[in-house]
Amino acid sequence: MRGRSAPVLGLLLAWSATAAEIPVSERRSGFDAMSPDIQAMQQDEMANPGLLWLQDGADLWGKAPSPDRPACAGCHGEAGASMRGVAVRYPVYDAATAAPIDLEGRINACRARHQGAAPFPRESRELLGLTTYVAAQSRGLPIAPPDDPRLASARAVGKALFTQRMGQLGLSCAACHDDHAGRRLGAALIPQGHPTGYPLYRLEWQGVGSVQRRLRNCMTGMRAEPFANGAPEFVALERYLMDRASPLPLETPAVRP
Amino acid sequence: MKGFRVRGTLGSVLVGCAILASGVLAEEGAVTGEGALRPVAIVGSEVPQSLTETPGDPVRGRALVADRTKGLCLLCHAGPFPEERFQGNIGPDLAGIGGRLSAAALRLRLVDGRALNPDTIMPSYYTLQATTRVGAAWRGRPVLEAQEIEDIVAFLGTLRDTRTEGSAL
Repeated sequence: MRGRSAPVLGLLLAWSATAAEIPVSERRSGFDAMSPDIQAMQQDEMANPGLLWLQDGADLWGKAPSPDRPACAGCHGEAGASMRGVAVRYPVYDAATAAPIDLEGRINACRARHQGAAPFPRESRELLGLTTYVAAQSRGLPIAPPDDPRLASARAVGKALFTQRMGQLGLSCAACHDDHAGRRLGAALIPQGHPTGYPLYRLEWQGVGSVQRRLRNCMTGMRAEPFANGAPEFVALERYLMDRASPLPLETPAVRP
Repeated sequence: MKGFRVRGTLGSVLVGCAILASGVLAEEGAVTGEGALRPVAIVGSEVPQSLTETPGDPVRGRALVADRTKGLCLLCHAGPFPEERFQGNIGPDLAGIGGRLSAAALRLRLVDGRALNPDTIMPSYYTLQATTRVGAAWRGRPVLEAQEIEDIVAFLGTLRDTRTEGSAL
């Protein structure tokens, strides 16, 4: 991994962003600009392909990783009650590691600390399933960033990364998603870039993927070297993106083209 | 001016210094890095000198403009390309651009539009620019080679009549 948080921040603050943040009243989910048939696919309980992953997650939720260790449900009970309102807060500050942690990271930390189980790899069917299942319990709730001063540096790093030019093309997240949202990049309508529905089913992927997978795709398009899965830079970006998206409602599992 | 066109890294560095010494603004990115670029002399809002000895080929230039993995132009710009679907609308329409901008002005906008407007989204196609985390496959290389820039400049120069140019080439 290149660049720890502190020096990266110092470097990035030198870059002054041109774009203003999108005012709260003008924030729009990518859902709004999708074709009616894809909107219908997301909203139809029988047609949304993300529900296959969600069902995997539901199964894992109730399954003990080993005979002498509890299932998720063993501690948390009914996810519909205990997990409602969780995903709209993430990433949060994890006191045990003194670092921000995203939902995937939390699930793997829970496995290590309470279930004596190895972490699921990022983008594995299991981790996407459990994350989808947990996040879907907050479907319809407004994204609600925690008011936690311990997240301040992650927020600043995330914002700096969002506005930093990267890759051979020298583009930044902000150059498209703040400055040119609503315009066309070839066939694609540029969305405001709010992660309101992750993990989500993307027709292009033919599968469910995490917000980090999407960020990796964007960085590759900028001809930049993506951060590693689970890298602190990505968690910081997730934090900033969720701040930037609030209070849009969570849509997990969303469907996108 | 012919002396500015020198091949190779050392030649580029020397010429770059010569340009600086003679008071013409030189692109720093053009004389550093692996496989260094040919020197580029910005004069005002233009690059008057061709980057290569070979004149640009407008037919090759048109193909580059339409190529979405090479020139990338139509991802952001629309233009007189009736056969191309899904043209972007981030940058200005290219129709008639050759009537609005000289070859020298077009050249700077391709080479390093950020020299004119530091905030533009338009990539700088012929610099080893100050950016970070360049992907391994792209490191130390400009987006386009010097001759490709000249081919595109030559093609864009042909886009003059917004009514008929679609069938011009």
